[in-house]
Amino acid sequence: MSVRKIITAVTLVAGVFAGTLIGTQAFAGDTIRIATEGAYAPFNMKNEQGELVGFDVEIAKALCAEMKADCTIVEQDWDGMIPALKGRKFDAIVASMSITPERLEAVDFTDPYYTNALAFVGAKGTELKTDKESLKGKTLGAQRATIAGQYLEDELGDVVSVKLYDTQDNAYLDMATGRLDGLVSDKFPAYDWLRTDAGKDFEFKGETIKTESVDKIGIAIRHNQEELKQKFNKALKAIVENGTYEKINAKYFPFSIY
Amino acid sequence: MNWDIIIKYYPQLLEGALLTLKLVAVSGIIGVMLAVPMALLRASPSPWVRVLPFCFIYFFRGTPLLIQIFLIYYGASQFEAVRDSVLWVVLKEPYWCAIIAFTLNTAAYSAELFRGAIQAIPKGELEAADAFGMDWLLKTRRIVLPRAFGIALPAYGNEVVLMLKSSALASTITLMDLTGMARTIQARTYTPVELFTAAGFIYLLMAGVVIGLFRFMENRFNRYQYYKPNVDQMGVDKP
Repeated sequence: MSVRKIITAVTLVAGVFAGTLIGTQAFAGDTIRIATEGAYAPFNMKNEQGELVGFDVEIAKALCAEMKADCTIVEQDWDGMIPALKGRKFDAIVASMSITPERLEAVDFTDPYYTNALAFVGAKGTELKTDKESLKGKTLGAQRATIAGQYLEDELGDVVSVKLYDTQDNAYLDMATGRLDGLVSDKFPAYDWLRTDAGKDFEFKGETIKTESVDKIGIAIRHNQEELKQKFNKALKAIVENGTYEKINAKYFPFSIY
Repeated sequence: MNWDIIIKYYPQLLEGALLTLKLVAVSGIIGVMLAVPMALLRASPSPWVRVLPFCFIYFFRGTPLLIQIFLIYYGASQFEAVRDSVLWVVLKEPYWCAIIAFTLNTAAYSAELFRGAIQAIPKGELEAADAFGMDWLLKTRRIVLPRAFGIALPAYGNEVVLMLKSSALASTITLMDLTGMARTIQARTYTPVELFTAAGFIYLLMAGVVIGLFRFMENRFNRYQYYKPNVDQMGVDKP
């Protein structure tokens, strides 16, 4: 290949790349890109057609409709969620993310759209006392990079063997095989899972876990996005008041989680 | 770049690196022990002897390592028969599941490397062995394996470096190897750049050691291959 041909080829390839870049950026300006995980039923998961569905997704769509904004919902692995938001891969996270002081240093949050709690889950017919003394030597699981995982490491890490999973599904799977004596999970998804065929042999153990602060779930956005934050907050308030929120809530839980 | 984070968590990252090394070393050693007999079978003239190792190698080279790990860790445990058997003592532990997956995977790749090396031995050397009246076992022990070892060495060094990096997949089955450790820490600190840079640096160091080790072995075992002319540029014999 002659030098000139190589130069032409490189210019062409560079041109195509530049074109795509400009293309996506122009596109990004008009729409709000919302990320969710897709592995956290019933809040966000994929249906048989591979589409993202669930409570989070419906809330996100309701908010977009209220804001009259054009939204795309994208899928993102949980532990890369905040880095990707900061890297401008998308503009907001609606993926049942708890508002914590550590996360607030990295990102900003809207008003909470539901309140979460942690609970122990174990096999039916086994005794799993949930005070620290009785948990000594047990193997407990949770999803990596979650409040539940941090609770295990911080509060029980010195007495139990902690196993962290990439998705909640994998943690359930491993408890079903008996590798785990139990797991700590967010209460509502566990409530949903316990009603499925896979979860029928398991139950909540002990009381709902009391954490220092109430676990509020919000929409994460980048710092210094005051305008977007106000838009979300206003829309959230509107869907709570006009009953849209309640309708979505009732589809998933017989009690209010707001 | 927040250097405090890196310094603070370095001990934990090194702890993870130790597990990474253990995984690579154990599965590497068992892998070679499986690969050598498989390579000999693969080099056999009879297709009936070749077919079984061929299927094994085809499967483990043809599917992603991640799938193999998931099949062994999450897949096998779905069967109650497995959970009730003695195998469960081993398969229950993510560490051993990772060892099994890595071992079988590297055994498949190495077996093909070794087969190529065995078939690359100059015909004359094998003829010489036959002329001496060596039987198959003696010929294999004295000529085929030592010669194939030298021929396969550079390519095998490559395989070990690849394995070192593939071992990062152990983090998907709850193991706290170097990658698992970095992922778990950054999940709390939200400083992926710092932690993955630090982890990448440790991987580089480990790969450097592996590369150096193989270079040393190559210089030693293949020294007859390195030709240094004993004449200067003008073609005059050096004193």
